Amino acid sequence: MRSAGWLACAAVALSGAMVARATPPPPEYVNDAAIMGDGMPRLLSDYGFFDDPGAQVPVAGVHPYRLNTPLYSDGAEKMRFVYRAAGTQFTAQGDGLLDLPVGTALIKTFAFGEGSERRLIETRVLLHRADGWLALPYLWNDEQTDARLAVVGARIALTTPAGQAISYRVPNKNQCKECHGLSGEVVPIGPKARNLSHAWLSRMVTAGHLDRVPQDADQLPLWEERESAPLSAAARAYLDVNCAHCHQPGATASNSGLDLRWEQQAPEALGIGKRPVAAGRGAGGHLFDIVPGSPDASILTYRMASPEPGVAMPELGKATVDEEGLTIVRRWIEEMAP
Amino acid sequence: MIRLSIAAALLASAAPAIAATHNVAPGEGAQEALQEALILAEPGDEIVLAAGRYTLTDGLSLDVDDVTVRGAGMDGTVLDFTTQQGAGEGLLVTSDGVTLRDFALENPKGDGVKSKGADNIVYYRIRVTWTRGPHPENGAYGVYPVESDGVLVDGVKVTGASDAGIYVGQSQNITVRNSIAEANVAGIEIENSRNALVEHNLATRNTGGILVFDLPNLPVMGGGNVIVANNLVIANDTPNFAPPGNIVAGVPRGTGIMVMANDKVLIEDNILSRNPTAPIMVIAYTQEFEDERYNPLPRDVVVGENRYDGGGYDPQLEGADMLLAAFGGELPPVLWDGLGSLSAVEGTAGWNLNLTEAGKGLGAAQPGPLAVGTPASEFDRSGIGAPAELEQRLGG
Repeated sequence: MRSAGWLACAAVALSGAMVARATPPPPEYVNDAAIMGDGMPRLLSDYGFFDDPGAQVPVAGVHPYRLNTPLYSDGAEKMRFVYRAAGTQFTAQGDGLLDLPVGTALIKTFAFGEGSERRLIETRVLLHRADGWLALPYLWNDEQTDARLAVVGARIALTTPAGQAISYRVPNKNQCKECHGLSGEVVPIGPKARNLSHAWLSRMVTAGHLDRVPQDADQLPLWEERESAPLSAAARAYLDVNCAHCHQPGATASNSGLDLRWEQQAPEALGIGKRPVAAGRGAGGHLFDIVPGSPDASILTYRMASPEPGVAMPELGKATVDEEGLTIVRRWIEEMAP
Repeated sequence: MIRLSIAAALLASAAPAIAATHNVAPGEGAQEALQEALILAEPGDEIVLAAGRYTLTDGLSLDVDDVTVRGAGMDGTVLDFTTQQGAGEGLLVTSDGVTLRDFALENPKGDGVKSKGADNIVYYRIRVTWTRGPHPENGAYGVYPVESDGVLVDGVKVTGASDAGIYVGQSQNITVRNSIAEANVAGIEIENSRNALVEHNLATRNTGGILVFDLPNLPVMGGGNVIVANNLVIANDTPNFAPPGNIVAGVPRGTGIMVMANDKVLIEDNILSRNPTAPIMVIAYTQEFEDERYNPLPRDVVVGENRYDGGGYDPQLEGADMLLAAFGGELPPVLWDGLGSLSAVEGTAGWNLNLTEAGKGLGAAQPGPLAVGTPASEFDRSGIGAPAELEQRLGG
């Protein structure tokens, strides 16, 4: 084990000096060994997820999906895929995460820019191995033909759709766990039944990938339809997707006592009238996470509205303020009865 | 670094039990090299940081058990976060059995070193400094272990934290010793934690020196079994520079040792000098709360023999002028709000606000001399402090 780990280490260390293969041979099927083995594949193409990697056209068996309400990542366009290993099936368990067995891979590619200016920046993969989930970040080459493993992440200068020039952070392998860690394990975050469309789930069932359409599926409103959705549903969906992976028991920010999951109903746990614990200057001079009727006096919106490290929430994965998300959360707080 | 790693790999393949050493040096690519070592280390490995200044633009993180990160001394190896662009802390540790020793962090944007759910962690000769001194925009905590069982903080130094220099929260079996907390809002803070020993530290020029708190609405509740002994708590007189909203923003300038809403706390053999509000303060939690698990009162707090020298001469309290006049120009060293239970060794001078209800402010205070009983029995010291196994890691 140890020597294998060290060879992988040496390979990773050297990979910076190597150029990714310019034109990887088109894969015909997904490489299950890459998903389930104990190494860290150096190139995204080693998995064989894509027929046309640059165009993000997946091979058969790799299924694109979307989330009703997505996580904000500086406005990145995100392409999500799930791969099911042969002989397995996804199973429904309530409105939370689908049970995705060993051999499953979740693949998410981040892109910025429109038309010919569009660039694939990074692809994050979550691999379900016998000893648990492994999160790995891959960084796209300039030719847009392949992405290479970057366990230490990267910083990339780019311009967001909102026109802001930022230093975009590709998280390192450990930082993946800051959001994906729950009770000491790495777990997926996104594919919760409540955040997947009924139509997609039905298609997955029909195709034999999923055992049944989960009860309480498709509850979170579509983000682009948030204006017509009930305000509290839109805001709570936003908090569930953008904050609750850390702010729940057993997760990275559990010590805050703040629990922003969709299913949480206790006002204090949601931050209403709750004093901060370790917010430091992130409190911004405010006394409570949420002051009903007063977004300007609430720590939650203060931190969402800041791009400054040490104040900004979420701590990882954003360099810019999500104005649309902030607007919804502000309106939700504004309309709460004081 | 790369060559050494390969050499280590060859060694390791011959003898898998041998731990590897990852050497990292400052300079071009240090951020990546250091983070890579923190990711690729295996249990038992040591990451050795050569002397020098490392310019870091992002937070670092360690998630491998039983790793030692060793620098060339708390003035020799400096991780400089002045230009940090992301993450909520300088270094985040989320694995067990980690030893951090002999290096410094300067100007992290958020917290200095945070360890969360990281059992049996040792912080040894770690320095965290916000170099501009007290400032509300400094990061919150210097050394910040939370939700952990087994914490040894020894020989660290934290300066300038806008909340607490050394903050141990929601943890148990803790020792904080031989450390210096200077010019923070709170020097050393033990919060919602049990079985903590705070000894042989220097807390000076903070707003409050050593705080032992229990707060409501946290996952881990019920702080207590704490000994604060043999500390120098000197001239904690920096005006409170915490951003409003933090619990420590309410700590009066000039507080020496403060116990709030905790169970079984012993304060003895400390030297308390020139803490202008109160050398020792024992109070109930003052805010409203809704948490059935929470007891806002201090219970079974014991003030033993301490040396008091020149405190209580400039209290940041309502009605200070009248109080000073009533007590002859200087308040006696121990301030109790009258709620919960307190005992003190014979001859302890103090005063009592004689409040009858928690959370109702000082309006109902009827200050008078402290009249409490002497400790009924010997303080039960069993099980207090970090596990002995952590001590053994300090050698070498």
